[in-house]
Amino acid sequence: MKKITSLEDLRKIKEQSKDLTAARSGGKTRIIVGMGTCGIAAGAREVMTAILQELEKRGLTDIAVETTGCIGMCQKEPLVDVIRPGEPRTTYGEVGPGDVPRIIVEHIVNGNIVEDKVVGQTD
Amino acid sequence: MLQDLSQYILDIAENSLKAEASRVEIEVFEDTREDFITLRVSDNGTGMDDAQLSAIENPFFTTRTERRVGLGIPFLKQASDTCGGRFEIRSAKGRGTVVEASFKRDCIDCPPLGDIPATIMTLMVGWPERDFLFRYSFDTDLFETGTEELIQVLEDRELLVSPEVALWISRYIEQGIYNLRTGGNESFEENNQP
Repeated sequence: MKKITSLEDLRKIKEQSKDLTAARSGGKTRIIVGMGTCGIAAGAREVMTAILQELEKRGLTDIAVETTGCIGMCQKEPLVDVIRPGEPRTTYGEVGPGDVPRIIVEHIVNGNIVEDKVVGQTD
Repeated sequence: MLQDLSQYILDIAENSLKAEASRVEIEVFEDTREDFITLRVSDNGTGMDDAQLSAIENPFFTTRTERRVGLGIPFLKQASDTCGGRFEIRSAKGRGTVVEASFKRDCIDCPPLGDIPATIMTLMVGWPERDFLFRYSFDTDLFETGTEELIQVLEDRELLVSPEVALWISRYIEQGIYNLRTGGNESFEENNQP
């Protein structure tokens, strides 16, 4: 039988996942993907998709995923910033979809920076 | 150069959002009889005056200050010109901007459509407070969805950024496009097993 994705499925996702926006306010870890022309050309959108897939797979609902424009390090795109509450902003460069699980497990979950992908840190 | 039409759409829509658009319409029309594919991105942002408008096709024009070269629009115009298409930007200060580019489908240099669902999903997650409408037509068939329709179901704009919802939106659009391209005769699920 043909299975059709419909808005009814979206309604089910909404109803089954009461904690979709748990901890939505304050103290949240943020992941920011550079989505300027340079980032898009380097594959930032694929990195964004990989991040969402990894968060869904691990059931991490309290992470904010955001995008930003070009920040002037185009040669290092795709750039991904990770900001954990109370810690410096870490910028990862030349991030591919394959690097995403490592960054999420090591840094977001366990709190250890993935040193070989870091291009900068700021407070 | 960007790789495919979906990347151009994302790039142009990001311009719209930087121009403070609260609503962006993204349209892709495929016409197999005339053999054209047309993209149109329309926004209600700040718009441009005539001087900005005439400068925008120049690769050395950009409003950005971090880097002094803007390449998205000139690349798209070049790709469209190469493929016997038409390229047009209409804009009015305070009213908004429309970017339209068409391509001859059988042109060997015609960029592939690319991952349109990922483009729409990325826009909705990146800018959850703005409204998007996506419209895709294949000859006379039409698929349409957008923020308004999704929020009617979700009842909460913030849910758009949850990974589960975002990935569902991407699958929903993927299936909508697939159904139109195959005339709805083939099962999407059977042909898209991981």
